[in-house]
Amino acid sequence: MLKILKYSFYDLIRSRWSYVYFLFYLILGFVLLFLNNDVSKAVITLMNVIIVLIPLIGTIFGVMYYYNSREFTELLLAQPINRTSIFMGQYLGVAGSLTMSLVLGLGIPFLLYGLLRSDAIFDFSLLLVTGSFLTFIFVGLSFVIAISNENKIKGFGYAVLLWLFLAVVYDGLFLMSLIVFEEYPLDTFSLVATMLNPIDLSRILILLKLDISALLGYTGAIFKKFFGTDLGFLVSMAILLCWTVLPVLGLGYKAKRKDF
Amino acid sequence: MKTPYHTYILCLIFSLLGQGIWAKTWKICTTCEYSSIKQTIQLAKAHDTLLVQKGTYREYEIVVDKPLVIKGTDYPIVDGEKKGEIFQIQSDGVTLDGLFIINVGVSYTKDNAAIRVIRSKDFRIQNMVLEQLFFGIYLEKSSHGKVYHNRIIGEAVDEYNSGNGIQLWYSSDIEVSKNHVQGTRDGIYLEFSDRITITGNTSMDNLRYGLHFMFSNNDIYTQNTFENNGAGVAVMFSKFITMKDNTFRKNWGTAAYGMLLKEINDAEIIGNTFEENTIGINIEGSNRIRYTNNDFIGNGWAIRVIGACYTNSFRGNNFLYNSFDISYNSKLNDNVFEGNFWSGYTGYDLDKDGIGDVPYRPVKLFSYVVNRTPETIVLLRSLFMDIIDFSERVSPVFTPDNLKDAQPLMKIRS
Repeated sequence: MLKILKYSFYDLIRSRWSYVYFLFYLILGFVLLFLNNDVSKAVITLMNVIIVLIPLIGTIFGVMYYYNSREFTELLLAQPINRTSIFMGQYLGVAGSLTMSLVLGLGIPFLLYGLLRSDAIFDFSLLLVTGSFLTFIFVGLSFVIAISNENKIKGFGYAVLLWLFLAVVYDGLFLMSLIVFEEYPLDTFSLVATMLNPIDLSRILILLKLDISALLGYTGAIFKKFFGTDLGFLVSMAILLCWTVLPVLGLGYKAKRKDF
Repeated sequence: MKTPYHTYILCLIFSLLGQGIWAKTWKICTTCEYSSIKQTIQLAKAHDTLLVQKGTYREYEIVVDKPLVIKGTDYPIVDGEKKGEIFQIQSDGVTLDGLFIINVGVSYTKDNAAIRVIRSKDFRIQNMVLEQLFFGIYLEKSSHGKVYHNRIIGEAVDEYNSGNGIQLWYSSDIEVSKNHVQGTRDGIYLEFSDRITITGNTSMDNLRYGLHFMFSNNDIYTQNTFENNGAGVAVMFSKFITMKDNTFRKNWGTAAYGMLLKEINDAEIIGNTFEENTIGINIEGSNRIRYTNNDFIGNGWAIRVIGACYTNSFRGNNFLYNSFDISYNSKLNDNVFEGNFWSGYTGYDLDKDGIGDVPYRPVKLFSYVVNRTPETIVLLRSLFMDIIDFSERVSPVFTPDNLKDAQPLMKIRS
């Protein structure tokens, strides 16, 4: 598995996509800091970028990589190698290289601009951690989609739809249901609904640090407990971890049963 | 028997040390001839000085009914043993200085205070330390006094059995400065009190309000710090109040405000800092208020306008990284926003005069949604909300059309 991981990893680096991705974040980081010169403000802007872009790029990269390396995968399958380790190796290779581009690309400009001396370091590392989680989750989901669909166009379509649904449509439906049922006590519902979407979940995790004063403005007891203590942070982290493990399990399940 | 002449000299020296020629200084200590503050007050004449030496005095209901100076050396402890009120000043011209007062009796029928001033003028209460108290300093129908540099530390847990740190009731022309109040119900409470100056105080960790105004006019408060109070600062039903250079920090909670304005008219709010409060300023039924050069940093809501607020002006304020800059609950706007700096402003300045060329609309549609369905706050900063906010900003439907800052600053006002 490690060998395949290494191969996928170097393959991506050789194909320059990792560089492009890395440079994108590097430039983004520098531009943000150059325009604002204020680390805390840049963290807020970055949050929007991370929550929208990382899932999109993770999804598209995952699907693309799977379809592109299909022939090589078939070759590997002919070898006496465990199926799980082939797919896990590829998955970890893609997700790992994307995460590395993200962490280095954003980390370098922030380090140069004196992040270590700023008190925003915790917010920033939280940003990188959730970003990494999102990469792993969405690469995993896209692999599952790709492995379930032989047709490339269909696979791409589903993957982009998935992103669109989780990033935009879900929140719209969520908002509608909150307004339609506003007569009822909704604080448990809204927290649970947030947990069911990894993008919302990461957003909440970052909000816990950035906008805590606004979040505490609402009266619900469950809200208060969730946002007012460390409980919210721990629960969100745990569920984010579940979200990472689930697609991986799905991938393993699909890989074992698929007829190539 | 003839009195030795040096006794006369001593008497003379002592009287010269006192305030007037005829004033006498009484030394009180636990082992001296005068060991009780209460009894010594009865013996003393007007304008005498009582020097209280270090030690513990278990006394309560000490009535000061003549102009005296009662001064502690090395903070002597006056222990009320939770039996009732401790000092009661009923005369003009009394000074209390440097005492450590503890254990005021808690009562559900009487407002027992560590120091109560009743119908008196020209008093001075300074350098006192009050602990384990019910009410701290209670000024009742008094005027022209000074409450200076006291430390009031309560341990209030519930609102119903705790009292206020410094309370002014029907008092006027009083200066309250450099005090530190914490852990009481209301840190500083003013009711029917006019022309009061409140300067350089710190009021923190109080159960309810750090500072509470009711029916008090022409008051000034400057350079105070209010931090982590249950509900921040409330200014209600008052006129002509000046608030300048104060700091309101970290008042978090469902009903916590940096400042709550209710039925306030003709006030000036200048140069204050509102930092990390759930709501920076909550405005209700307040007219003709000038908000100038304030800083709103990292609040949930910088300003929340509930209703019936007319002819207010907001000029030269900095709005930095608040979750919501302004929230309105009606479509009507009669207030002026001009020349503020908004960290959310994305416009440009082609003629380089430091003023943005496109107006800024500080009210987001999302703040309306949150007003209506509070649970939607979990959707804060989501892509979907950003898209909706953007479309609302382009063509306002729900937010007041004229609610905008036509001259937003490009650079932060320093």
